[in-house]
Amino acid sequence: MLDKAIVQRLQDVVGQENVLTRKVELVAYSYDATADMPHQIPDVVVMPTTSEMVQEVVKIARTHQIAIYPRGAGSNLSGGTIPFKKGIVLSFQRMNQILEIDPANLTATVQPGVVIAALNSAIAGHGLIYPPDPGTVATATMGGSAAENSGGLRGLKYGVTKNYIMGMEVVLASGEKVKFGGKTVKNVTAYDFSNLFVGSEGTLGIITQLTCKLIPAPKFRRTMMGIFSSLEDAGNAVAGIIAAHVIPATLEIMDNKTIRTVEAFANIGLPVEAKALLLCEVDGMSQDLVNTEAEAVIEVFKQNNCEYKAANSDAERDQLWLARRNALPALASLDNTCIVEDATVPRSRITEMLVACEKIAEKYNVTIGTFGHAGDGNLHPTILYNMYDEELTARVHLAIDEIFATALALDGTLSGEHGIGLAKMKYLGDELGQSGLDLMRSIKEALDPDYLLNPGKMIPLPEAVA
Amino acid sequence: MSGEMTLNAGCTAPTYHDDLRLVQGELDKCMKCGNCMAVCPVYSVNKDEMAVTRSKIAVAEAVMKGDLSMDDPEVSDMIFNCLVCKSCMTNCPTKVSYDRIALGFRAALVRKNGLPWLKKMIFTGLKNPKFFDVAMKAGASMQGIAFKGDRKMKAISPRSPFAMVGGSFGFDAGRKMPELTVTPLRDRVSEVVRPAEVKVKAAFFTGDSLNYFYPDAGMDLIEVLTENGVEVHVPKAQNCCGIPVLVHGDIETARTLAQNNLDTFEATGCDYLITGCGSCGGAWQHDYVDLFANDPVYKAKAEHWSKRTYDVSTFLTKVIQFRQPKGQVDAVVTYHDSCHLKKTMKVAAEPREVIRSIPGVTLKEMAAPDTCCGSGGSYVVSHYDTSASLGKNKAQDINQTGADTVSTGCPACMMQLLDNVSRHGKEQKVTHYISLLAESYRKEKAAVH
Ligand code: SF4
Ligand code: SF4
Repeated sequence: MLDKAIVQRLQDVVGQENVLTRKVELVAYSYDATADMPHQIPDVVVMPTTSEMVQEVVKIARTHQIAIYPRGAGSNLSGGTIPFKKGIVLSFQRMNQILEIDPANLTATVQPGVVIAALNSAIAGHGLIYPPDPGTVATATMGGSAAENSGGLRGLKYGVTKNYIMGMEVVLASGEKVKFGGKTVKNVTAYDFSNLFVGSEGTLGIITQLTCKLIPAPKFRRTMMGIFSSLEDAGNAVAGIIAAHVIPATLEIMDNKTIRTVEAFANIGLPVEAKALLLCEVDGMSQDLVNTEAEAVIEVFKQNNCEYKAANSDAERDQLWLARRNALPALASLDNTCIVEDATVPRSRITEMLVACEKIAEKYNVTIGTFGHAGDGNLHPTILYNMYDEELTARVHLAIDEIFATALALDGTLSGEHGIGLAKMKYLGDELGQSGLDLMRSIKEALDPDYLLNPGKMIPLPEAVA
Repeated sequence: MSGEMTLNAGCTAPTYHDDLRLVQGELDKCMKCGNCMAVCPVYSVNKDEMAVTRSKIAVAEAVMKGDLSMDDPEVSDMIFNCLVCKSCMTNCPTKVSYDRIALGFRAALVRKNGLPWLKKMIFTGLKNPKFFDVAMKAGASMQGIAFKGDRKMKAISPRSPFAMVGGSFGFDAGRKMPELTVTPLRDRVSEVVRPAEVKVKAAFFTGDSLNYFYPDAGMDLIEVLTENGVEVHVPKAQNCCGIPVLVHGDIETARTLAQNNLDTFEATGCDYLITGCGSCGGAWQHDYVDLFANDPVYKAKAEHWSKRTYDVSTFLTKVIQFRQPKGQVDAVVTYHDSCHLKKTMKVAAEPREVIRSIPGVTLKEMAAPDTCCGSGGSYVVSHYDTSASLGKNKAQDINQTGADTVSTGCPACMMQLLDNVSRHGKEQKVTHYISLLAESYRKEKAAVH
């Protein structure tokens, strides 16, 4: 429990209604969307509405050496917002104003608590979109997704969050506020601070304002689905589409386990013996161009021995998307615990990774369904198990270790879009080596010498290493 | 695990209403993904996570583990801060039935602490239909003293001395309520209403809101059915559907009310049961089945009627082909999806089909027609601020459409809409969609004569 005087100080800064201390309120901020993680109750939840308030809260925390955990919607999948050293959860859910939409410069300036979908609704009237679309767009906040550098289904063609953040205001651990970047397309002034703070998972500074890039909404799209009887054919089709110089907005893959589970769950007529399913969507500003790309994709599908379907209407498109939309719900319904990983490999090694996941499932006798973003090599091996079964849980942990080891052996990376947080910290040295870990620690200590900002995430606490 | 989780003495066929341990499976299904945050109306108002479904689940888990106590007022307040609108359930990837968790907890709480006195008083009245009937009628004749009339809105608003007392319950001087009618619906019609030529027989479950607050809409419903050759049975022995007491955890009363209804409708010999209220229809389709899931006698009865219960719009469009109306009704209508009608009974397209069939009517959709209006039974009274803020948003969405009429399929929503349209709206007419169809049929007849 925090000293009453400190709580009083926090209330003076943000207002009484923006400081939560009741037990049930604290329980509500003791977890995030990550399975298989310990929960921890914070001492207090503070909900600022201005950056000045954030500065004051940081100063109080610094004086009393209290940890701070910036938090958006808490929909992250890395354990990144769990307040596991107790302290202050700094929730941005009430700091949620869209400050400016600037169609001339194709930018928007927002407070961190703005929900991604709310921004997209606000700019729709201008014919613009903000492309990053993690699965949680309807809840995830701009600040949270910038801190996590979220990806999504459209990453292959449109990139991820870091490609859209042009400027920021950040409150540092010292309580000072810095502003950098802005509305200009070109800006090489000083270090590229945006890219330092995007993806820093709240460990280096607290994002209090963002200026992001918008693009014109594509006017036309075509959607196709290919059903393959061998994983190799599916892998070759992915390579073939890129070789034909088509960059689809979406290129999703589902393995046999996922196909069977979706079919049992939703009865949508998928062939349960199929080894892989590809969902491909091309989009653009001209009907001709989009049609040409769609034909090229279909040609590649044909060459790779698949059965394919192409949607001719929005209703048919929804039909094709049903399988993909149901992938996670169907898998998650198999058992009481669902871990979604995001190990990522170069596109050319997708097939190897899928085969490896199947073998790992067999070896440890655990249930793994794999689906994901084939176009960018970002797969989601999804592990289902009963958390009350200790022996099974132990096997699941071994299987996960092996999934990450395999991704690294295939020249891949630990995380394509979920981040490191608490969940993947132990593997970090395997990818970065000691010199990489040391570099991370130097940056952390330069910016947050007292380890007050989201402590124990990404970089282990000094006492944990010693 | 403490005593509140276990059974009532003498309960031989426990369901999650009787044994809290039976909700553990529902709790385990929750992945904490947060999708519910996008749709939970309570969260949308204050943006604190405590209101979100997944947090209520986390707190419930803490109670099951023994980390929190269920009769801690913080815990019970949180579990009651829910409209039971089921929006979270329609957006939940793993289909967590939060309604079962909430009802299970509320029932366990009542088992342990009894019903708070105010609720107890109301529910004792409900259990005795005669007493309730008299009380509601008495209320109707006294409303002239308590409320000042506003003929234009066909509504009443509390007069000042009562408003001062009622203010804390949400009945401030500005609140508009439908007039409590002196003659309830079931006293206005005989038990069997026959059309000239009978094509099919159906029983009409009026529910209390149509019976006492909106008997005209109930009469319209009967008229529409008879216009379509339906012999309508309106058994007088029917009583409240039980939802108002069920959501407050009074399982014993809910079961008593449900049993009487099941027996009463069995006696009609009809094949179909028609409702004009999403909550009542939901009770017949789902809650009775859950309440009697292990009951040797009533399980079969509940399942029988569950499959035969239809919202009147579904009955008109899917079971019989209703006669296309010809009478001109000049109105621009917007339709509000009642939570229980859309999310429990899965009825959304049918009322719109009915509205569109009426000559002269234009249907203009509002933004997010299925966002909760903030009704939710006594929630209006117990959490007035949240409810009022949702109601205001709804009124603004309605204003945006430019419609002169707002229509819905649930009397509880009609009350909430009436209040909020009168405060923040443009004096739009609030009506049950069935009344629009009845009006068209009437105009058609008037034109012929
Ligand atoms: S949407 Fe369902 S699974 Fe997800 S957090 Fe809410 S209740 Fe849990
Ligand atoms: S039932 Fe409605 S109010 Fe209750 S938790 Fe679900 S969405 Fe929120």
